[in-house]
Amino acid sequence: MKYSKLAAASITALMAATPVLADLVFPSLSYRTGPYAAGGIPYADGFADYFTLLNERDGGIGGVMTSAPECETAYNTEKGVECYEATKGEGALAYNPLSTGITYQLIPKVTADDIPLYTPGYGRTSAANGKVFSHVFNFPANYWNAASLAVNHLKEVSGGDLNGKKIALVYHNSAYGKEPIRTLEGLAEKHGFELVTVPVDHPGQEQKAQWLQIRRERPDFVIMYGWGVMNQVAIQEAANIRYPMENFIGVWWSGGDHDVAPAGAAANGYKAVTFHGVGSDYPVFDDIQKYVVDTGKAAGNGDNIGKAIYNRGVYAAMLLAEAAKKAQEIHGTPDITSSMMRDGMEALEITEERMTELGMPGFGPTFTVTCENHGGPGTGAIQQWDAAAGKWSLISDFGPSDMELIQPLIDEDSGAYAAENNIEPRCN
Amino acid sequence: MPEQLLFAMEVTLNGLMAGVLYALVALGFVLIFKASGIFNYAQGVMALFAALTLVGIQQGQVPFAHLINAIFGTEVHHFPWHVPSIIAIILAAGVMVLFAWIVEKYILQHLIGQPDIILFMATIGLAYFMEGFGDIMWGSDIKTLDVGLPQGMNMAIDEATYNMFGYGFFIDNLDIVATVVAALLVTSLVIFSQYTKQGRALRAVADDHSAALSVGISLRFIWVLVWSIAGFVALVAGIMWGAKSGVQFSLSLIALKALPVLMLGGFTSIPGAIIGGLIIGVGEQLFEFAIGPMIGGATQNWFAYVLALIFLIFRPQGLFGEKIIERV
Amino acid sequence: MFYREAGDFKTSYRDDNQTFPIRLDRMGYYILMFVAFLVVPFFINDYWVNAVFAPFLIYAIAALGLNILTGYAGQVSLGTGGFMAVGAYACYKLMTGFPEVSIVIHIILAGGITAMVGVAFGLPSLRIKGFYLAVATLAAQFFLVWLFNKVPWFYNYSASGQINAPERSVFGVIVTGPNTEAWAKYMICLVFVVVLAWVARNLTRGMMGRKWMGIRDMDIAAEIIGVNPLMAKMSAFAVSSFFVGIAGALFFAVYLGAAEAGEAFGINKSFLILFMIIIGGLGSIFGSFAGAAFMVLMPVLLKNVLVGGMGWPTDLAAHFEFMIVGGLIVIFLIVEPHGLAQLWRLTKEKLRLWPFPH
Repeated sequence: MKYSKLAAASITALMAATPVLADLVFPSLSYRTGPYAAGGIPYADGFADYFTLLNERDGGIGGVMTSAPECETAYNTEKGVECYEATKGEGALAYNPLSTGITYQLIPKVTADDIPLYTPGYGRTSAANGKVFSHVFNFPANYWNAASLAVNHLKEVSGGDLNGKKIALVYHNSAYGKEPIRTLEGLAEKHGFELVTVPVDHPGQEQKAQWLQIRRERPDFVIMYGWGVMNQVAIQEAANIRYPMENFIGVWWSGGDHDVAPAGAAANGYKAVTFHGVGSDYPVFDDIQKYVVDTGKAAGNGDNIGKAIYNRGVYAAMLLAEAAKKAQEIHGTPDITSSMMRDGMEALEITEERMTELGMPGFGPTFTVTCENHGGPGTGAIQQWDAAAGKWSLISDFGPSDMELIQPLIDEDSGAYAAENNIEPRCN
Repeated sequence: MPEQLLFAMEVTLNGLMAGVLYALVALGFVLIFKASGIFNYAQGVMALFAALTLVGIQQGQVPFAHLINAIFGTEVHHFPWHVPSIIAIILAAGVMVLFAWIVEKYILQHLIGQPDIILFMATIGLAYFMEGFGDIMWGSDIKTLDVGLPQGMNMAIDEATYNMFGYGFFIDNLDIVATVVAALLVTSLVIFSQYTKQGRALRAVADDHSAALSVGISLRFIWVLVWSIAGFVALVAGIMWGAKSGVQFSLSLIALKALPVLMLGGFTSIPGAIIGGLIIGVGEQLFEFAIGPMIGGATQNWFAYVLALIFLIFRPQGLFGEKIIERV
Repeated sequence: MFYREAGDFKTSYRDDNQTFPIRLDRMGYYILMFVAFLVVPFFINDYWVNAVFAPFLIYAIAALGLNILTGYAGQVSLGTGGFMAVGAYACYKLMTGFPEVSIVIHIILAGGITAMVGVAFGLPSLRIKGFYLAVATLAAQFFLVWLFNKVPWFYNYSASGQINAPERSVFGVIVTGPNTEAWAKYMICLVFVVVLAWVARNLTRGMMGRKWMGIRDMDIAAEIIGVNPLMAKMSAFAVSSFFVGIAGALFFAVYLGAAEAGEAFGINKSFLILFMIIIGGLGSIFGSFAGAAFMVLMPVLLKNVLVGGMGWPTDLAAHFEFMIVGGLIVIFLIVEPHGLAQLWRLTKEKLRLWPFPH
């Protein structure tokens, strides 16, 4: 058995008699089954493999072994809550549920339980405001940054002017998919383009009407916020109507290898926004191959390395591990608690030297988290799919998003949350 | 011609094509319901399982690889061969026959004579079981299904309509293939049930179980037969839908697309499934085209049911369903 | 030996008609109530309430509601998820609109609003029957979820369309929001369950219940003997939706604390609750509880045994969970086709004679 084992026996687990583990525990609320398994598997593999690497290569973080016990949520909020309650007693330091729905459940709970919640590139966007959301972190970028980054890129390719252009947003008709609409409306006003929104209901296997609409309206660009089967079908349908792939750009959750693979060569040129490096051309992946895969300790088959979503799992694990290290430094003890972990996350500083040291040079932006800003710099790059080579490549540098426009939106939404829940702003 | 009218025509054509795909799924339900009175909740999962099996065989995947590796610590994943599509399809169909036999032997046989709701519930259990079993056997990651079906816009139609109206219609090649396959499937089913001995036996069973038994028709054989056919229909539906989206768990959700079709066409009628599918396909696409943008879009899911409901108010047994005769 | 009615004399009609005519049953019931109200709250923790008790109790309410409609009145419904959403969103709008009014009143009002919606969608049942009726309720399911997703007024114009339950208290004890104590969460669910189960039991054995059962067994015959099918069917839809609405309100406000229409109240929920009543037993109050327990507790138990106890990988365990639950359903059916409630009834029959069955 090559998976991390839970120590508790069945009955004791049921009784919730929770053993105190000496490890640094980062529960992985993963989903390897259900409608979104295709995205959940590589992410969970990446997340687990990085912690295994730390154990095998460095002997853990600051001399303390790590563990990332998995709990299957199947992207279902009720199971997510069950998983949260089941693992929080094991000394969980931070949660990373990879589901916007579960994130919304957990935001009030983690705040009450004093455990940080880390939602890189997903979850509640306005949680970037640390004044209101003390325990939620979504650095280095969020949904609204992604919308702005996509528009920035489109502006660049249309010669610096989007006036009179038409951009269609194809989105998953759920909390997650609706996130970018406000930002895009603001951007439309600012840059003078016309926005057409095209919702797709869960699960999104049948999108004929949507793509016929796009064919009729002939938007200059299409932005997609999809997840699960919707991505594969959308890319296939876009190819079917011969929509130029280089004008089709997805958010990072629509930018996995499995999203483009079923469409084959037709998907060539499809773009996606990303907030981390792509490909396996980083020293850290050689280490993972050497210490984790070759020793038979990989969470999956080991064939996911370098895939976009796998890399995201590794990146998330790396940032959490760095935050834990920071927490150890601040509090001067290797055995940190979740409360200390929160402090570490709030003081996290990612420099280029540190990333190079970790074998991930240029893998993500350099940034500093502060009490006010839990959202990071909001920078990102554009990746493009090369169907012949079967891999993504970055076609731009990590550029900034339009924080001037996004920050007021964040303040407004978090302000509404604070008012509804009587939260006093912190960081004064 | 005004542009809107052309668009509406294009939407209608595509709606018809989508309707054929819905009808393919609905067909499996109807076959089983007709022969055994079972509302087979597992039909969607059967489509997923059939498609998974097809891809697995085609790519030479080792069944239960994950389980074997977890227990024995081995690293087996693939056999070193690829099976040609046509052989893989035949083998997958064979697996579905085996599946039908197992279902009959271990489930249906023990539930003969039970009320409908009990049989329905048994298929719920079956669906759960198959969902887990399929994943264990072939893994739950997404798989690309490629049996050489053409995809993408049909250029000939595009050009012809462009020359005629000045606007090229979009028709997906895959949809054309699906329509042809569905037509072939239905024709062969009709021929089979009208002109062969087994077909006549099948119709006799559909008419009256006890009467069929009394003239010496083996109910068990008919059930295996009809579940095998339904399995084959599920395989075809799985291929058509899987070609577009890859084979993954969501494939089992296509059953939801078939429900309004069934309600509209009647549970017991094969032509009903086809015509119901066409009506639903055209209706929901046209509604989304004409009214959708005004009320925010993504209306297909519920409009299909509302459309079926409107028809049912006037014909409570569905368009082609058997007339409900009530006696006190 | 232990379970018998000898010596249990009934001296009034009232005694004869009681819910638990056998003394041992009655004792068991009292003990259960005692444990539920006076023992469990002192030992319960966050895990137990969130993983086991809250979902079990809330699903039991929903299953009771659906059982009234499907099991007693014979009208198949696949709109339970949509009606739960009505309850949840009604509760949310009331909670945020009238923060000074007690949450208990909000939950009951949410049930009332759901009852009205339920009646509206129940109207086609006068014409459409059996599995075909499911389409009317499925239309409700998909339409309602779409509506709550689409109209921003329902979620107070929040950016993502999620609704969050603000903190509310009953008698000074916080019952919603993250700071709820485990026992408070458990108690509010338990009180609603006990009261509603009592209501359901008494409705179904009264005149209303008999009318429903008449309609279920043969509606034309029932009409001939003077049951008004309109009133009977509409009252079944109203009462059922009231229960389901309360379950939805509790599900959102007390159990989850945040919800999104499509995810939390999708078609899967409708099927899940239908499975509960079929597995538990149609037309049985006990069956509603047994079915809810089976569908809620079984996966949690299996997960804990397979992952926690035997250290299996989570994905393998999840797949096996499906196989075991599916296999168990089939085996139950083959052994006893009429659900867990019938199994329980048979056990009791056997126990009465035990140890001298002849």
